[in-house]
Amino acid sequence: MSDIFPKWTNRLPLKIAIGALVVAGTLTAGITYYLTPAYGRVGYQPIQPVPFSHEIHAGQLGIDCRYCHDAVEKSWFSNIPSATTCLNCHNQVLKDDSRLELIRDSAKTGKPVPWVQIHKVPDYVYFNHAVHVNRGVSCVECHGKVNHMDEVRQEKSFTMSFCLDCHRDPAQHIRHPKDVYNLDLEISPEEQKKMGTKFVHDWNVQSLQNCSACHR
Amino acid sequence: MMRYFLLFWLLLCVTVVAIAGFRGSTSRKPPIEIFPDMDRQPKLRPQTTFDFFPDNRSSRAQVPGTIAYTKGTKLGEQEVYPFQDHPFNTGRQAGSTNYVETLPVAVTEQLMARGQERYAITCLPCHGASGDGKGITTKFGMTIVANLHDQRIVRQTDGELFDIITHGKGLMGSYGDKIDVNDRWAIVSYVRALQLARLGAPEDVPADLRAKLPGLSAAPAQK
Repeated sequence: MSDIFPKWTNRLPLKIAIGALVVAGTLTAGITYYLTPAYGRVGYQPIQPVPFSHEIHAGQLGIDCRYCHDAVEKSWFSNIPSATTCLNCHNQVLKDDSRLELIRDSAKTGKPVPWVQIHKVPDYVYFNHAVHVNRGVSCVECHGKVNHMDEVRQEKSFTMSFCLDCHRDPAQHIRHPKDVYNLDLEISPEEQKKMGTKFVHDWNVQSLQNCSACHR
Repeated sequence: MMRYFLLFWLLLCVTVVAIAGFRGSTSRKPPIEIFPDMDRQPKLRPQTTFDFFPDNRSSRAQVPGTIAYTKGTKLGEQEVYPFQDHPFNTGRQAGSTNYVETLPVAVTEQLMARGQERYAITCLPCHGASGDGKGITTKFGMTIVANLHDQRIVRQTDGELFDIITHGKGLMGSYGDKIDVNDRWAIVSYVRALQLARLGAPEDVPADLRAKLPGLSAAPAQK
């Protein structure tokens, strides 16, 4: 028999088992780490047609989010402002700057500025901005500290579990409506719990987890 | 043999990590969607490209000369609709071009608070928190910003202030499409409050509250 199977084959099954374990282990780890929106979507920072800096406008100048995104409290969709909004100031500030060429053109001709959308949910998800901001969910919960981003990048994964984390326990994430647009506000966990629990009770905030809450 | 395989596998892992990087690293390219999963449907979303219309916009601009069909606003007994020639919509007396002297809405604490909030969002960057025309944008090249405490503006009627917010004036753009009608009146009421705060006299304060004014408790209510 020893002529058919040399001695080293004795350890072959063990070697194959170890090899298969290593391969399966690293593949699983790799897929879990890479094939998820936490890797795929987070960090998306496209080059925009106009180098608008949220850090300067919302951060340094302290302009409220709603000066430009004025429909966010009324609509399911938070609008990109019209070019005339920019020109309310930029008809005087940086009046002839070449970086604002597209904006001036757009205001004159009505041709839209080709801004690149960063934050996207699938088309079968019906996220309503107005409902969230009017009930104390701050912009920062989904968009991160945009007021410190020179160029906007996606900070959160926008996976279904990302939404559900909040829907399962809204008290951890809602704040007073007057602070919704104050992205720098730091709330201690105890305070958040106290405040959140009160608001959930007072405003009858429901922990919606049925499919049709978001999917239609 | 085993050793070579493990070495090869390790190198492969290192190569993958070297190329793919870590979570959260910045990418200029849009996320890859491997499985379509009906994520992107051929329906129209707001403010996207749509070739059907000549201007390639999915969101339609309002047809000139039309007014959107909306609910009316209750003013006391009356319900005012946006198409009506009513001071609430125009700031002018019905059937004339004269501005109304005073707000056509009831001034309540609620309205004033709303006005304060809306003023802070829309007006404050240029006109400043106190309305003195020294908002932060004036440090960056805004040249002519009206001081809301100017006698010229104090003397303007409420209707005219409303009209300026709606249609703009001079270098100031129009805010009719950004601020709802009721909110514009709320802002007018708040601007009046700002003006009173600066130009008011102690006598304007109700007698029972006058004693609480700081530094005035000893001063006799006269003049």
